[in-house]
Amino acid sequence: MKTYRVGIDIGSTTIKVVVLDEQDTIVHKSYERHMSSISESLKRMFETLRDKFGDQKMHFNFTGSAGLSLAKNIGAQFTQEVISATSALRFHVTDIDVCIELGGEDAKIIFFDGANVEQRMNGTCAGGTGAFIDQMASLLDTDAAGVNELAKNYEKIHDIASRCGVFAKTDIQPLLNQGARKEDIAASIFQAIVNQTVAGLSQGRKIKGRVAFLGGPLTFASELRKRFIEYLKLENVFMPENGEVFVAFGAALEAKEVRLSIADVIENIKNYRKRHKAGMRKTIEPLFKDDADYQTFKERHNLSQVKTGDLASYEGNAYLGIDAGSTTTKMVLISEDNELLYSFYAHNRGNPVALVRKALLAFYEKLPEKVILKKAFSTGYGEELIKHAFHLDGSEVETICHYNAAKHFNDRVSFVIDIGGQDMKCFKVENGVITSIVLNEACSSGCGSFIETFSESLGYEIADFAELAVKARAPVDLGSRCTVFMNSSVKQAQSEAAKTEDISAGLAVSVVKNALYKVIRAHDVTEEYGDQILVQGGTFNNDAVLRAFERETGVNVTRPSIAGLMGAYGAALLAKEAARPHNHSTMLSSHALNTFTYSAKGAVCNKCENKCPLTVNIFGDGKKYISGNRCEKGAGIKISYDELPNLYLYKYDKLMQYQPDPEKTYQKTVGLPLVLNMYENLPFWQPFFDALGLKTIYSERSTKKLYETGQDSIPSDTICYPAKLVHGHIESLVKRNPDFIFYPNMPYNILEKIYADNHYNCPVVAHYPEVIEANMTHVDLSDYKQPYLTFNDKKKFVETVYRMIKSYCKTSKKNIAQAYDIGMESFKAFRKDVQQEGERALQYALDHDLNTLVLAGRPYHIDPEVNHGIPKLIRSLNVVLISEDAISHLAEQETVAVLNQWTYHTRLYDTAKVIAGLSPRVNLVQLVSFGCGLDAITADEVKDVLEANNKLYTQIKIDEISNLGAVNIRLRSLLSTMNKEAKTYGEA
Amino acid sequence: MAKLEYDANGRLLFTEEMRQEYTILVPQMAPYHFEYLVTAMQTEGLNAELLRTTDYALINEGMKYSHNDICIPAMLVIGQFIDAIKKKGIDKHKVALIITQTGGGCRASNYIKLLRKALRKAKLEFVPVISLNANGLEKNPGFKLTPRLLHKLHDAIVLGDLMMNLINQTRPYEKKPGDVQTLKAAIDIRLQSYFNHNSLFTWGRLKKEIAEILARFQALDLTTESKPKVGVVGEIYVKYSPLGNNHLEQTLEDEGVEVVTPPIYDFFLYSFDSRAHDIKRYGGPKKEYWILKLLVWYVEIRREKIRKAMRAAGFQAPIAYKKLKSLIKGVIDVGTHTGEGWLLTAEMIDLIQHGAPNIVCTQPFGCLPNHIAGKGMFKKIKSLYPESNIVAIDYDTSASRINQLNRINLMVSNAFRNMKERS
Repeated sequence: MKTYRVGIDIGSTTIKVVVLDEQDTIVHKSYERHMSSISESLKRMFETLRDKFGDQKMHFNFTGSAGLSLAKNIGAQFTQEVISATSALRFHVTDIDVCIELGGEDAKIIFFDGANVEQRMNGTCAGGTGAFIDQMASLLDTDAAGVNELAKNYEKIHDIASRCGVFAKTDIQPLLNQGARKEDIAASIFQAIVNQTVAGLSQGRKIKGRVAFLGGPLTFASELRKRFIEYLKLENVFMPENGEVFVAFGAALEAKEVRLSIADVIENIKNYRKRHKAGMRKTIEPLFKDDADYQTFKERHNLSQVKTGDLASYEGNAYLGIDAGSTTTKMVLISEDNELLYSFYAHNRGNPVALVRKALLAFYEKLPEKVILKKAFSTGYGEELIKHAFHLDGSEVETICHYNAAKHFNDRVSFVIDIGGQDMKCFKVENGVITSIVLNEACSSGCGSFIETFSESLGYEIADFAELAVKARAPVDLGSRCTVFMNSSVKQAQSEAAKTEDISAGLAVSVVKNALYKVIRAHDVTEEYGDQILVQGGTFNNDAVLRAFERETGVNVTRPSIAGLMGAYGAALLAKEAARPHNHSTMLSSHALNTFTYSAKGAVCNKCENKCPLTVNIFGDGKKYISGNRCEKGAGIKISYDELPNLYLYKYDKLMQYQPDPEKTYQKTVGLPLVLNMYENLPFWQPFFDALGLKTIYSERSTKKLYETGQDSIPSDTICYPAKLVHGHIESLVKRNPDFIFYPNMPYNILEKIYADNHYNCPVVAHYPEVIEANMTHVDLSDYKQPYLTFNDKKKFVETVYRMIKSYCKTSKKNIAQAYDIGMESFKAFRKDVQQEGERALQYALDHDLNTLVLAGRPYHIDPEVNHGIPKLIRSLNVVLISEDAISHLAEQETVAVLNQWTYHTRLYDTAKVIAGLSPRVNLVQLVSFGCGLDAITADEVKDVLEANNKLYTQIKIDEISNLGAVNIRLRSLLSTMNKEAKTYGEA
Repeated sequence: MAKLEYDANGRLLFTEEMRQEYTILVPQMAPYHFEYLVTAMQTEGLNAELLRTTDYALINEGMKYSHNDICIPAMLVIGQFIDAIKKKGIDKHKVALIITQTGGGCRASNYIKLLRKALRKAKLEFVPVISLNANGLEKNPGFKLTPRLLHKLHDAIVLGDLMMNLINQTRPYEKKPGDVQTLKAAIDIRLQSYFNHNSLFTWGRLKKEIAEILARFQALDLTTESKPKVGVVGEIYVKYSPLGNNHLEQTLEDEGVEVVTPPIYDFFLYSFDSRAHDIKRYGGPKKEYWILKLLVWYVEIRREKIRKAMRAAGFQAPIAYKKLKSLIKGVIDVGTHTGEGWLLTAEMIDLIQHGAPNIVCTQPFGCLPNHIAGKGMFKKIKSLYPESNIVAIDYDTSASRINQLNRINLMVSNAFRNMKERS
């Protein structure tokens, strides 16, 4: 009797089945999305098999991440998916060099090198390729196939962060709101996936030769394949037949161990499901004890209603607020008595301008003649675009709008938390003044819209999905780091047969925990922020989220009935404040709206080396609005801020002046990569080598492109962006062909303050030269020198350098000692100069009555590719900018609550101390690179030092992400608060 | 009730009075070793108690009272402490905490400070924290590292390493499941009385004890099947703590392999040695250099005798520290010693050379030293040892277990295939 072999591939989103006969011919195959109910789908699938083949014994072999625990539990064979893929490939072809397989959750690369097979899977942080496409598709208001169609007509590729889905979304969202073409965004999404795969998985091995493409996304998305082919310059690509069930085919080939009857398997799966219900999963307490509990909760929150008025019968002045948020657009019309006359809420589906136009037209239709529109204000991500497009009367940064709305509801409000689709905003209010604003950083982005897109993917309306959570009896714990991690936990829960309601409740709790412990970082909310808490933002319309928040904080909060409209409501209130008796709104009339046309095209600003990608929005009346620019230059505005002290730009220019003398003849050349601590130590190294008769050659300036040239040799995808850039710099240096490349390991820095516990560099600054040598083996590094050095012991320094250098140039220990002195003197002069400029900047701000921000980061944050032009953005806001190392010398911060053992960080603590003693016009913004583990420690400490002195703490986390939309909002909110506070301070 | 006393910097001290009244809570960082460490402390008049909690609540406490981006070891240790203190039945005013403090450029040096911060936030600032370190940091009148306590701690680590090695080498092959566990329980009871002595020079007794342990393990009834060996390396906490690494040892044994975990003692020697290295390379007090070198030398003499005994009894013994250090020549410099530094690379090479080319490299999500000496060295190791089969696993309170299992499964599948191909 013949025995069929069945391969079942249970991935994170789909189930694939292949049945083989003894001749390895496929006699049955299927591919379906399991919509989160794996055991249900499996049951259906086995019933199909039973109908087709009768109840006979077969060899079953499971594969795929979600099949692992299932197979073990039902006593069936399991083969890891990469192994299955390898078998299937070997069966079809023998000359494959590399195989790229992208799935819903995992990305894999297999390198074939004769008998040697090397298999790699993505790190935890870079999960969710397929899931990512689905989420982006929903942003673009289409599906995965639609993204592919759009990408066919792209004109340009935007730089989109490729670290993970959350980061990419942070770049895409503002692009959409600024009116970038969907076609371009679609192609850019695919390019981001290519970058992520190459940067995360090639790790020094070149992807070349004959390459196989496997997995759903690569099988179905022709444009994704095209991006891979173009980027990697591939000529020989293998696409298997039945690519979508390829791994299941491999599993079927490997199926041999156990023979089971279909009926048994069905029975086993049923038992498995029951067993799983009993436990194993990490579950948390139900949100509501019972129905009565929920009813009490409902009734309590029904009390927070906004006063409404009847638009049809209203006569008099009215004020309009439009909130063009990241994913939704909201509109509110209020009366002279702040009554809500009209409201509108809809998804912008990636096209805010079109939506606002439609909404305004509908609004005009309902607007009675006796209502006079006095003013219209916009806010939110699309604030500027909407204002320009529709000739609104003004706009205000969203945090201020939210605060105004909140104050209207409860004038004793002490704390406001707003969870929108993309962002979370929280502010603390004391005596009617915002005293601290907390906004989420990139990792916490998109929590709100994640619940929504997830519910959509399961075919639920968000309201129904939220309703489910109320009834959940055993909510699953899904972690709280970010949506990529949550998504992967959801997949695990699904494979363990968790109920949808338990997942829904779990997600609500996760989002709240993320807000509380990652964004607000409060251990006791009421103690730190008071008990007059107001929650708002669309995500809080979800009762489960609201309940989870109350439970986690242990306090009853107020949710206004218009929780989702608060930004627009606040904008309307501000519009009212700005109204003058005889003016009417300048907003486009319904007639103008009818003929309103709008188009957008991409361009690049060439005014400086940042090369900002611009989107030029052209409106029917010929008016243009340019977005995407970092500074005023890109917007075509000519204002000179060159006078304004800006330490970041100052230091960078200053460093670039350390150049070899063009007149002098040198014996040899030495290459220095412009990376990490070189941004601080160059003033030592250049004169030092110069004195030894060596000409210094530098790597080219950092750009995204330079990064990409080195990205395939990065061994660890979660390391910080400044470290990742080193690879590109070394590539560039090698091309410039110096006699040797010099990149020292420097575990110790200079001890600047005697009270510091130690003077280390961080592990990455200290030892990245080792990583370069171990991973950049494709370039010739025979003249790459990475000595272990310290500036603190001259004798040891001289000995080490002498040993290293003697084969390259004629010199003596004495010469090196002299060169050391010259270098040291130059370095000290540089530091002194920076400090003087810092002091001058403080004085300048005082003399000119300007706001000052201290951007506290690390020396290498002056690299424009690392800071993404934030210093220029700050300059364009007419603010004096100082770096941490320019004023840290002014303070003695002798006792900190942490171990004060890193030199760069000692500067942070000291700077915080300096700021603490200055006027409200000076504030600190901490610049943190993603992946910097040490900043988990410094951030809390700097915050503590500042807050103990009633100062605001703001953090900006940067990475490869280049869009400054969120940063802009954050900085403007901060400045707005500073101005208000300074006013109060002045009056007092 | 004991009076709260502070030092000049405002640090709450653990006083003599507290020693008599308080319970010292010890976090579970390495199950094989910490059991004995606690026993050793108990026999020296310290009322120590090992925290065995693994329930989920502690993760929540850790998240609440530490920065969310801090690495999982800090979060779990802080969580375990606060969870324990908050438990019903504990007198909050009669507990103290103890935590190891390593020093060096890694953020782990900061754990004790972060723990104090967390206690302040949790309004438990009256709970004293004792630093356990060999560098003389943070002295406490009620907790003194007497020569006898030091010797006992040394014995505890040595015995912990020995038991871990022996159990790893026998449990996967037991004919009657549970035999090894029963044996361990019996030995643990013996060791209770072993630690209960008052002499300072204990080598004779330790030697006898080790001979007995080896004899008992030799007497186990084992199968002769061969299983692939899988090494576990990485950041010190997630490498040894089942709470940190989602019960990695058990997971691997369930997959049908033999686990090889390098001894914890090498990490301590490496820490001393690294300090000595820096003095030599970058300058510093000569005297300290020689003391450190002497210490390493002394411990190694004793350990060598034990390794010899292990080999004589037919077990695989770990290699000498000096040899371990020599393995990294041409791969990574001994100056790389932030966190686990070169030791991590050395252990991987050692494992590959000694029959365990299959390796799980564990690290907390976002661990900086691991970028360098762990993931950063994979490529070089792979080119030197093509048979190596290494998987890096990130541990985080939010990471899904299924992702970890799937990657471990891939590595184990390859381990089985490679073993089959070679035989």
